[in-house]
Amino acid sequence: MSTTLLPLDVHAIRRDFPILSQKVHGKPFVFLDSGASAQKPKQVIEAMRFVMEEQYANVHRGLHYMSEKASDAYENVRDKVAELLNAGSREEIVFTRNATESINLVAYTWGRTALKPGDAVAVSEMEHHANLVPWQMLRDAHGTELRIIKITDSGELDWDSLEQVFADGKVKLLALTHMSNVLGTYTPVERLAKFAHEHGAKILLDGSQAIVHRAVDVQAIDADFYVFSGHKLYGPTGIGVLYAKAEILDSMPPFMGGGDMIASVSYQKSTWAKPPHRFEAGTPAIIETIGLGAAIDYVRAIGFENIAAHEQHLTEHALSTLSGIEGLRILGAAQDRGGVISFVMKDAHAHDIATLLDRQGIAVRAGHHCAEPLMGRLGVTSTARATFGLYTLPEEIDALATGLERVRKIFA
Amino acid sequence: MSEALYQSIVLESSRNPRHAGRPDVFKAEGQSENRMCGDKVSVFFNGAELRHEAQGCTILAASAELMCEAATGKTTGEIAILSDKFEHLVKTGQETPELGELNALASIAQYPSRLRCATLPWSALRDAIARAGSTGGPANG
Repeated sequence: MSTTLLPLDVHAIRRDFPILSQKVHGKPFVFLDSGASAQKPKQVIEAMRFVMEEQYANVHRGLHYMSEKASDAYENVRDKVAELLNAGSREEIVFTRNATESINLVAYTWGRTALKPGDAVAVSEMEHHANLVPWQMLRDAHGTELRIIKITDSGELDWDSLEQVFADGKVKLLALTHMSNVLGTYTPVERLAKFAHEHGAKILLDGSQAIVHRAVDVQAIDADFYVFSGHKLYGPTGIGVLYAKAEILDSMPPFMGGGDMIASVSYQKSTWAKPPHRFEAGTPAIIETIGLGAAIDYVRAIGFENIAAHEQHLTEHALSTLSGIEGLRILGAAQDRGGVISFVMKDAHAHDIATLLDRQGIAVRAGHHCAEPLMGRLGVTSTARATFGLYTLPEEIDALATGLERVRKIFA
Repeated sequence: MSEALYQSIVLESSRNPRHAGRPDVFKAEGQSENRMCGDKVSVFFNGAELRHEAQGCTILAASAELMCEAATGKTTGEIAILSDKFEHLVKTGQETPELGELNALASIAQYPSRLRCATLPWSALRDAIARAGSTGGPANG
């Protein structure tokens, strides 16, 4: 396989990511754990350095030059996120710490006001804990029901189960992953949104994985809520996004109280700012937000069409290469799947696989991937997982395969 | 050698354990679980005899087996000393003759993220001994 046939100039891209040129345990660093958190390009690092060295002050407060510059740079990222998601307006973009906080925000505010005790929230068997636990907490605090939609053995949503879960009309929110962090399955989000709306429910999509690999258009999907984290999209940690339709955000009470989220405050009563500021109490992650803006510029300059083609190519290469390894089983076989591949090996525990690969410089994740119920559904306690990014080379997948052959020989 | 941890004694202990399985009769059961990865181990204390049930990786299974082998027949006082020495071994990588085959796990010191896999059975054993003590268990301490 030649990299010259790739849709991207991956070698040029890799020069933007300083960490990738390191050696680990004396071997070239093969980073196949972008699904947990992606590496950062120089452009992001530089944007964050720039704001700290040359343009820093608190935002939305000071009537001075630096504060205005920082506020403009910060608010400019809201426009970039709105464009990235094709949101109807910039006011539909709320900055949070990460996808987890975004989902908790929705559960805590919209969940406790728009949902009544007895209403149900439906999630699937392939959710990350971040899209399960907040709804359990809402159930326990507020008396809503939590329903689980089954997946098929191929790792796709089971449509019959979806219909059953919705049959009595109690489900008012369908909260689903857009792309499974374990199986790599993309869910058919446009169809699911249509289904949810026809059944009188809203839809929340956890885009933590999908946003990295595909162009997302929240209006085309007709998503009511869409969440993601900056750090998986080659941006820094500590910055995440909640998209919600304007009329929904308008109806939601604040999440946390404090500065920046108020219209007026007296000892008797405070009134709330309009969205999105209503949901952004306190000094935000200014530097990280600007870093996210640089990450969005970076991926958009490369283009999601190119990124998606590159990763499709990698995924196909990985599926065919890895499936040739004796005793290795890839979990899930969805038709529409991307660069997230979980596997188990006969007689080798996932942690032993990860440790042995690490000694060869190869970073994969091992464990339950914050999806314990899914592990139970798949009949495993843990898996090893390789995930790809725009800087991943086919040769790195070959290195993984060679490494796994070594693991197999040790445990044979 | 980069794969020193997975030497034959470790692989052999995990594959062909002689002390594995829940006994019909025992004085106390101790448990320990690594919440991060879901691995867990039970240790069954029956006076001089020890058995284990390990669900997890090779290191956990090997450590449980080597521990049962080393601690069988020892008094609780001797086990406490052995436990401390093992802890020192896996944290520093320094082998000592008294630890015998347990020394096979010395190189875990180079794998900090796997330390807990090796120490988990010992936590379960301490738990079992404490439970046996609190229920008026074996007097061989």
